[in-house]
Amino acid sequence: MQNPFAIEIQNLTKIYGSGNTEVVAMRDASMQVRHGEVVALLGPSGSGKSTLLTAVGLINPPTSGRVLIAGQIVLDGPLPQVNLRSFRRKHIGFVFQKSNLIPFLTAVENVQIALELNGKTPREARAHAMELLDYLGVGERAANLPSMLSGGQQQRVAVARALANEPSVILADEPTAALDSQRGRQVMDLFAMVAHKQKAGVIVVTHDQRSLDLFDTIYEMEDGLLRRKEKAAS
Amino acid sequence: MNLAVRDIRHNLGRFVLTTLGVGMLLMVVMGMSGIYRGIVEDATLLIDRIDADLWIVQRDTRGPFAEVSRVPANLVHRALAVPGVRTAREFVYHTIQRERNGKPLRISVLGLSWPRDRGEWVPLRAGRPLGQSHFEMIADESLGLQLGDTIALGKDSYSVVGIAKSMISSNGDGIGFFTVADAQAIQFNIPGEAIRLERAARAARGGRSDLGTKQPALLEQAGRPAGELPAIARPQLSAVMVAVAPGGDPKRIAQIISGWSDVSVYTHKGQRELLLEGSVEKIRRQIGLFRLLLTVIAAIIMALILYTLTLDKIHSIALLKLIGAPNTVVLGLILQQALLLGVCGYGIAYLIGQRVFPLFPRRVILTEEDLLQLAAIVLLISVASSVLGIWKAMRVSPNEALS
Repeated sequence: MQNPFAIEIQNLTKIYGSGNTEVVAMRDASMQVRHGEVVALLGPSGSGKSTLLTAVGLINPPTSGRVLIAGQIVLDGPLPQVNLRSFRRKHIGFVFQKSNLIPFLTAVENVQIALELNGKTPREARAHAMELLDYLGVGERAANLPSMLSGGQQQRVAVARALANEPSVILADEPTAALDSQRGRQVMDLFAMVAHKQKAGVIVVTHDQRSLDLFDTIYEMEDGLLRRKEKAAS
Repeated sequence: MNLAVRDIRHNLGRFVLTTLGVGMLLMVVMGMSGIYRGIVEDATLLIDRIDADLWIVQRDTRGPFAEVSRVPANLVHRALAVPGVRTAREFVYHTIQRERNGKPLRISVLGLSWPRDRGEWVPLRAGRPLGQSHFEMIADESLGLQLGDTIALGKDSYSVVGIAKSMISSNGDGIGFFTVADAQAIQFNIPGEAIRLERAARAARGGRSDLGTKQPALLEQAGRPAGELPAIARPQLSAVMVAVAPGGDPKRIAQIISGWSDVSVYTHKGQRELLLEGSVEKIRRQIGLFRLLLTVIAAIIMALILYTLTLDKIHSIALLKLIGAPNTVVLGLILQQALLLGVCGYGIAYLIGQRVFPLFPRRVILTEEDLLQLAAIVLLISVASSVLGIWKAMRVSPNEALS
């Protein structure tokens, strides 16, 4: 039977430095995200949101605690239990505040590369990348370099790249910060739709209070402490 | 997807300029070995083509290509008397510098043993071999003389009847072929006043000696040309070249001649080796060291270029790692760019070199062996110079994509 949780974090703590310079960025954080669930992570700057996201994204291992993806322990404290880069490639999609596209690749190539890294042939990868770009409404800009795209178009290409390998986890760090409210709403809609369609667990760090209705669950972080926040009745 | 090519395409102008710079540098490295080959070829050209099995030179000297060698003219006849000798020819060789059309003209004067040797063996681009015993010359094309030109050397003028192809001395000067008599006339051309003074001095020295007092007839001889005085005449040949008859044993003939106490004898191979181990050896080592230095400089420059190119891509590399690209993808990106830089640079070096080297004053000879060796070196330094960039790329954390 499939594990019901796409993401589980258990008692994550992250401490930077030691002695007098010790900073506790995240303290004993626990969270469970079901397949198809979209979670909002709120909190002021420096509260530990990005630390949590990079720990779940297997980029910045915690000092202690566990990270489980689809029931598999991938991080036990700072110790990886799997090949992290390979695991990221297959199971995790990232979207950032800045689009973070590779500047020397065209829009379609930015998506294609993620597919090719996962073993798709160039032909298959290109065809699938084009489908995704068309789906996200940027198909006509497929041959353009990122520098020739608007912020919204770049972000949609980045979303296409994150979704390309149909990951079980999507992590987004303020993906709508650089977009106007209409585009921001569209991107958030997209996450919700993809999460439900692909049964992926999605964590979105956001400050955008206007889209909170799209999230299934809301968490808040403050001074490294994570707590679940009840959704306001709409 | 080839990321290296995509990155180059994105920064094509910079890559072209960088490659051009590396190519020019490699062209200099390539030119260095070409210059060395040219020097060796020029130095040995004459020895290889003149058809001499043995060289008879002044005792305890290394021959006319290494130092001044003087042997008497009658050595030709002595050599001819040795069993197994087919021909013995005079070899007169010296360098002169004159002025022509306001520019210095350096000629390596080579005497041909007329009438046995008219220069038929000299590769001609135009004209003909020597046709008469005096006042004709064959000029190497590098001298800039044309067929029918007349050039005054010493007290006589010489007509250019043939233009030789690539006949250069070991010093890089074009060779002018004359008859032995003309070559000697050019070499020993002394102004009339100097001759008169020498004769007067000779007579005065004779007058002061017992010999002159007791045999006054000798003093009368002192006024005659030096060449007509066998007892005091200078040896006028640089060497004698011997060709061995078919079936003759060069070693045996060399053994006989080396028994003569006034001369040394070298085989064709020996004379060639002496030339290469002598004057050419230092040039070879100098060029070799310079080439090594340039190769190291090229490797350092390529390493810095590749390191800079990697630094420019740090964010993209971090991003690639973030989306799960294995190290081989990142390594391939840098290594392929290094190899492309090296290969394109080498191609540019070769193409430009083909057009530039012929304009050099001395021959630059690119041999297949040298080109292959340089290609291997370029591949090697391409890989070696990418190490710094790879080291940097491997240390990049995916976290850097988030900053």
